[in-house]
Amino acid sequence: MPRKSYRQALNEALRHEMARDDSVIVLGEDVCGGTGASGEKDAWGGAFGVTKGLLAEFGPERIMDTPITESAFIGAAAGAAMTGLRPVAEIMFVDFLGVCFDQIFNQAAKVRYMFGGKAVTPLVIRASFGAGARSASQHSQALYPLFAHIPGLKVVVPSNPYDAKGLLIEAIRDDDPVIFLENKMLYDTEGEVPDGAYTVPFAEAGILREGDDATIVAIGRMTAVAESAAEKLAADGIDCTILDPRTISPLDEDTILDFVEETGRLVIVDEAYPRCGTAADISSIVAENAFGALKAPIIKVTPPHAPVPYAPELEEAFLPDATKVEAAVRKVMGTG
Amino acid sequence: MQLSREELLSGYRTMQTIRMFEDRVNREMASGDVPGAVHLYAGQEASAVGICMHLNDGDRIASTHRGHGHCIAKGCDVNGMMAEIFGRANGICHGKGGSMHIADLDKGMMGANGIVGGGPPLICGAAMTAKYRKTGAVAVAFAGDGAFNQGTTQESLNLASIWKLPVIFAIENNGFAEATSTEYAVAGDIVARAAAYGIPAEEVNGLDLFAVHTAAQKAVERGRAGEGPSMLHIRTPRYYGHFSGDADTYRTAEEKEAMRRDQDCLKWFRQRVSEAALLDADQMDAVDTEVAALIDEAVAFARAGPPPATDEVATDVYVDY
Repeated sequence: MPRKSYRQALNEALRHEMARDDSVIVLGEDVCGGTGASGEKDAWGGAFGVTKGLLAEFGPERIMDTPITESAFIGAAAGAAMTGLRPVAEIMFVDFLGVCFDQIFNQAAKVRYMFGGKAVTPLVIRASFGAGARSASQHSQALYPLFAHIPGLKVVVPSNPYDAKGLLIEAIRDDDPVIFLENKMLYDTEGEVPDGAYTVPFAEAGILREGDDATIVAIGRMTAVAESAAEKLAADGIDCTILDPRTISPLDEDTILDFVEETGRLVIVDEAYPRCGTAADISSIVAENAFGALKAPIIKVTPPHAPVPYAPELEEAFLPDATKVEAAVRKVMGTG
Repeated sequence: MQLSREELLSGYRTMQTIRMFEDRVNREMASGDVPGAVHLYAGQEASAVGICMHLNDGDRIASTHRGHGHCIAKGCDVNGMMAEIFGRANGICHGKGGSMHIADLDKGMMGANGIVGGGPPLICGAAMTAKYRKTGAVAVAFAGDGAFNQGTTQESLNLASIWKLPVIFAIENNGFAEATSTEYAVAGDIVARAAAYGIPAEEVNGLDLFAVHTAAQKAVERGRAGEGPSMLHIRTPRYYGHFSGDADTYRTAEEKEAMRRDQDCLKWFRQRVSEAALLDADQMDAVDTEVAALIDEAVAFARAGPPPATDEVATDVYVDY
């Protein structure tokens, strides 16, 4: 199977769906980059190059640079979705969704319910997220818990190139509004990705590793952190299961509960803030439904309740890493 | 465009339907049987009707918290609307939306909206669809003077202008954003703001159905021809307070009395068509009787409707989850 980057996998997903269905359009800030200027018309292809080449292939009616007015173009994408198109809107950084929450939270997410089930809003909002790029507090957050909190939205966090392509195709074909979050540290990572179109279903956790001693649930890029910890632990005879939820909403609660029932120990690794976050949510689901199976208290490995810092030393201290995960697993094993 | 007698009568009927609907909702509120709050459109009827007379089901509108008039003008079922306001299962949104979220997408009515300034971005999207699919449809964003200050509206004016979207911004200035006057809260000139975005805009007398109809015609034709957005600044009175429980003490009794006496689009219409011998008073009286019966029927329909089943509380959240 060919190896491709996470960026290329996403680009292929967009290409497949735009070619397959002419109701799929792309809009966002600099998704082409250069509209109205004298030079190259597809100079950027998005802030991270994910949409590069789509302009040449599909033309300016299918992919449009927008002004930096997130409320207007995210709302317009929602309105276009309500009237028959399947827009994919790109926001450079998930942090910027703060300026257009209303159009997401109160409009796109709720029209179906408020209108008694009559609205269909097949909208995808893509955005980069995550710390590690020395981008400081307003360009580094992992804000998916905010969106998962809202009924009506689906929230996808792919951890690898294969899933990125399959989940984005699934998201574009889905009839509900989907927040699709790409960890910016993964764009250059490579993995095996088929050339053709395929889907990865929502609400099905990926089982990245199976072991009887402890279950680690890791989200997005944190799956790789969990893998390194698990490798080290395996050398000491501690075998971990690693689950990647892939979608935060809907969440594959069953698979998580099944493995907790088997291992009796749970560590959750997430780079979102700890309070009212995804790790806290998963922890509460397990406490409510599998309390009797737990042999030790659940441990959450997350950043502190603090904004993302700038200095490399601080940012490394902020993020979960393999050492912290390893220590957490040893603690639930009673050997830490 | 010269309006035919049928069109005149139809316009009058719709305006009267809105007036009687709103006056009746106001009375029904006092019964305690309406669960939430309502924001009444009475006084502004000529605006919704003068614009929507040009539209068909393929054209879209987005409305506001003061949305009943837009819904009726766009063809929403009056029985279903009344039942929705009563929170009943036979409501147009099955009791899940209420007054502020009445919608009928089949009629091109994309929803009243509980968020001031929530509609204009959505309507830009509806216009994008129309432009992309080359349907010739237009999309109307009804917004008030309060919403005109919102960033969403200003961003939408900009977006509609640069993309030449077939949008009509219908800015209904009723003098108040909730309890705060437009005079105090809106800087500069409303029409001049639109002009600054390169959008043709004009002042429209919202008491005069003919004036609204004429101005809307130009805007709709411009949109259908692919020439881009337009804006109408429509001055209207607001008969009731901001919401149903608003004591409306920020206006003097004299001011309110004079408003109802001197600023009534229905009276204005009757006078105009009588002077020009376009319609007979008898014909309009007959419409009044007919509409009164229609509103009685709507209330009876609503009151007879069952409450929604409680197991519907978490349905219709997603298409599939």
